[in-house]
Amino acid sequence: MPHPDDVGPVPSAPLPPLPGHVSRGRLERVLRRGEFAVTAEINPPDSADPDEIELRVKPFEGWVDAINATDGSGANCHMSSVAVSALLIRLGYSPVTQISCRDHNRIAIQGNVLGAAALGVANILCLTGDGVQAGDHPEAKPVFDLDSTALLQTIRMMRDEGKFLSGRKITGPPQVFVGAAENPFALPYDFRPIRLAKKIAAGAQFIQTQYCYDIPLMQRFMTRACDMGLDKQCFILAGVGPLASAKAAKWIRANVPGVHIPDEVIARMEGAKNQKTEGKRICVELIQQLRAMPGVSGIHLMAYKQEESIAEIVRQSGVLSGRTPWRRDLVATTQAVESQGAL
Amino acid sequence: MRPQDAFAHTGVARAPLPPGSLRLWSVSHAAGLASFYRKFERFLGKLDPIFRWIGYDQMEKPMATLERAVKAKLFDCRMCGQCVLSSTGLSCPMNCPKGLRNGPCGGVRANGNCEVHPAMPCVWVQAFKGAELMGSVAKMGEALPPIDQRKSGKSTWLQAAKAHAAS
Ligand code: SF4
Repeated sequence: MPHPDDVGPVPSAPLPPLPGHVSRGRLERVLRRGEFAVTAEINPPDSADPDEIELRVKPFEGWVDAINATDGSGANCHMSSVAVSALLIRLGYSPVTQISCRDHNRIAIQGNVLGAAALGVANILCLTGDGVQAGDHPEAKPVFDLDSTALLQTIRMMRDEGKFLSGRKITGPPQVFVGAAENPFALPYDFRPIRLAKKIAAGAQFIQTQYCYDIPLMQRFMTRACDMGLDKQCFILAGVGPLASAKAAKWIRANVPGVHIPDEVIARMEGAKNQKTEGKRICVELIQQLRAMPGVSGIHLMAYKQEESIAEIVRQSGVLSGRTPWRRDLVATTQAVESQGAL
Repeated sequence: MRPQDAFAHTGVARAPLPPGSLRLWSVSHAAGLASFYRKFERFLGKLDPIFRWIGYDQMEKPMATLERAVKAKLFDCRMCGQCVLSSTGLSCPMNCPKGLRNGPCGGVRANGNCEVHPAMPCVWVQAFKGAELMGSVAKMGEALPPIDQRKSGKSTWLQAAKAHAAS
């Protein structure tokens, strides 16, 4: 059963407030309880059909604590992250709304933060965003009015001080758990932990990292982060994802900004009889190694176009240790029992 | 496909490293240059009475022109009007195509070059090098507030003169 704190009377409504929590969403509760959290990511559809959202998340319902709705990731155009989040909330899921600085200036971003929170969003991930050159509209104007650190400061100010950046008052501040991304696998390696500290100082409460395929590099980052005490100041979720094939791995490595896949991983994929299964196996092994790494509070699964494999990977990795994240049918059962009246 | 081919269609208005740019040289001489720069700013502070006599508003245009000429050569300065070179190892962050002022994005290439301009060294990889030379890595950990776009084009030397005179 899901933890009682994670279940409210109405699945699509914010949970009853808990002391010591900034948000009324499930993800913050799971992390603060010290449970190893699992989040997953969906790429929003190229469609105005709301049913496509449900189709994408249904296969892993009950296996993840929150679902990231990406914001034009890879600088490709898709349904907006706020809209995807609102549709997920309608169904009862808890989304992490991603906000990238590439497409909006501070006026639009702050408006979106208020709108998202009003629609029930409890988690926001602040990103710089990939450059427009990486996507399907390279001729677009990149905005980058804020950077991710400034965005964190902005949202924290809105939430804790109840003010816009301009200083104007916000009557109903957004109650959001704020996160950021970090890439331990990009240069300069020794600056990455400092950058993490900076993001925490700016307001980051959780971190989701870029895809991890290189345990020694991750270890190097985490050791430094733990030495600086950063794992005590924020929750670090390591990014992972299954590779579909050796060819796909090489393509990702060459074309997706910031993804580092060591040669050994590619060689192992090439040598496998069934590359897809091998990709999942590597992913499960990585998750287990990350689970054992001090300072890691959870994993963030990015299984692009392989959403159907998320449940299997999480189950095989055993990281939930028998725990069941929120699921629609379990809530329905609880309600059904309650409706029968007290014994 | 080579990584850079994925970015072949980037439309860039300005060469990421203008010909004759001293930017990379400045970073590799960050320690000496930074201490010279600090002295220079103190000197500007001494000129405050003159600036006040002429009027700071009157000084704005000629000073900005002079500052642009010097700093463009040395740092490829973009005249953001709120200089942060002292906390970025003398590598001007406004040359980052994403305008990042708080550190590198996650897209830095394995060779230390920029995600957007494959031929340009990432300004933040450079900044980290410069900061190591200047012994100011700790300063890079301080989060900078959002940029004020209104200050673009304004002279920071005059601001420094005012600040030094006041202190
Ligand atoms: S790689 Fe460096 S210079 Fe290029 S966009 Fe990222 S931070 Fe800016």
